[in-house]
Amino acid sequence: MSKTDTAIQVTGLQMRYGAHVVLDGVDFAVHRGEVLVLLGPNGAGKTTIIEILEGFRGRSGGSVSVLGSDPEHADEAWRARVGIVLQSWRDHSAWRVRKLLDHFGKYFGPYSTDERARPVGTDTLLQLVGLTDHAHKKVGELSGGMRRRLDVAIGLVGNPEVLFLDEPTVGFDPKARREFHDVIHRLADLQGTTILLSTHDLDEAEKLSDRILILAGGKIVANGSADQLRKEFSDQTEVIWTQDDQRHVHAGSDATTFARNLLAQHPEGITNLEIRNASLEDTYMTIVQTHETTPSQKEGKQA
Amino acid sequence: MKPITSVVRLGLTRGWIEFWMNALSLQGLIGLFLAPTILLALLWMFRVREVEGISFALLMLPGFLTLQLTQEGLMGVANKLAFDREDGTLLRAKALPQGMPAYLIARVVVIILSAFVSLMLVIIPGLFIVPSLATVGVSGFVTLVWVLALGFLALAPIGAVIGAIVKSPSGAVGLSILPMGIMIGISGIFYPLKALPVISEIFPVYWIGLGIRSALLPEMAAAAELGGSWRPLETALVLGAWAAAGLLLAPGFLRRMARRASGSEMEAGRRRYTQS
Repeated sequence: MSKTDTAIQVTGLQMRYGAHVVLDGVDFAVHRGEVLVLLGPNGAGKTTIIEILEGFRGRSGGSVSVLGSDPEHADEAWRARVGIVLQSWRDHSAWRVRKLLDHFGKYFGPYSTDERARPVGTDTLLQLVGLTDHAHKKVGELSGGMRRRLDVAIGLVGNPEVLFLDEPTVGFDPKARREFHDVIHRLADLQGTTILLSTHDLDEAEKLSDRILILAGGKIVANGSADQLRKEFSDQTEVIWTQDDQRHVHAGSDATTFARNLLAQHPEGITNLEIRNASLEDTYMTIVQTHETTPSQKEGKQA
Repeated sequence: MKPITSVVRLGLTRGWIEFWMNALSLQGLIGLFLAPTILLALLWMFRVREVEGISFALLMLPGFLTLQLTQEGLMGVANKLAFDREDGTLLRAKALPQGMPAYLIARVVVIILSAFVSLMLVIIPGLFIVPSLATVGVSGFVTLVWVLALGFLALAPIGAVIGAIVKSPSGAVGLSILPMGIMIGISGIFYPLKALPVISEIFPVYWIGLGIRSALLPEMAAAAELGGSWRPLETALVLGAWAAAGLLLAPGFLRRMARRASGSEMEAGRRRYTQS
């Protein structure tokens, strides 16, 4: 196995169902210890990419390597190094939280190494996701937010080198979302786990990611940190001011010059002058709209 | 510990835990006791009647046991597999190293234990309700055990295939209830059919019924059977053939099911469930 810094390597990934192209030549790499967020509108193919990387789905073309193996043909030892956060809803509802984590942990025992002890102790996991006080509860009795935290704990029980999370916060209220983000932050500091997470929530991508990939129309259309994306894709700046009790907005790339001229022309009467960089949201909308070329991609498999 | 020994141990542990979880839940208790209670109540009602010198309750019992076994082996297995797929249990097993074999071992453990318990819930109280059952003797019970075991092996793989190919639990019920109804209807397990359709001898249910009757009824009752004999050899051959064919075919279907299990499939199931 290679000792390289690359945990995930995707080259020319293709996926189509008949004539319907879902992924059209996707390339990216994820470094070890990196938190990469796959961002894109519904139907962009995020779930498809993640399922291919998890080894749950075949592909039409291209090459994929996760921890040095092709997920489609990887063995159980590989499986033990990969963590998957699935979204539970009814499964294992009769199990008690602690018992379930104990049981699932046992699957990883035979794959423990000196570098990475497996499984992670149940108490450690419960503490990490904040379920210590609910360890005795039945899974079916947990609230939605708690249940999702249990999902994360299950994904982590094998002390994975790579962790996949597909739209982990769909349906969360703000509090649950916040708590979930805290868990992910704690995780990334733990043992340098590589994390690949998908979301259509821009805010979330900005909060959690080291790097963001934006997926639209079956392609990666942007790749970089939130700041880089902002700079690269939008030089738009807004100048906002009030004059004679009226609010004015000017959008353009010439904010400084514009403001200087504005003040020169109206030495008095300009109040509440504000210069604002385009938000990441504007950037995101710009990028996605530019690339939303395939009208055939409606609600469907990738939701 | 080697992965292979640990997977067997994990599967057995998981099966044992899940059996008790289910057995001790309200739903599980109802599922386990409902049918046996009804059957036992019927036996009780007919305990004193006799037909041609044979207790009527004793005559009814083989039919009940065949029904129980068919229900557990066919519909029970199909339903459980479809449920596990829809709610993500299967997917979770797939995400664990050696999770799938452990899951299947656990499933087999649960199915066998459930079938065993539900049969015992009829047989043991039956001994007290139908006194002549106690006169069956050791050889009768030995026959009963092998017929039930082999019959179960013949039915469960069919249930597994149905569970693996249907889209949803309701589909599993739909697809298993029809063959079940037909097989039970044409196999003469509740009333002696002098002229059974020949086709019934193809299916395992007829032979399970015949085997159980041969175990529990007095020798003279054989006169009412086709050919006037219990035909134990044919019973073993037909059931054995079904079991062998099923055990050869089912793994392929199960592998296909496991391969296809994905988050999107489960999501589709969840949507179906919440919309209906």
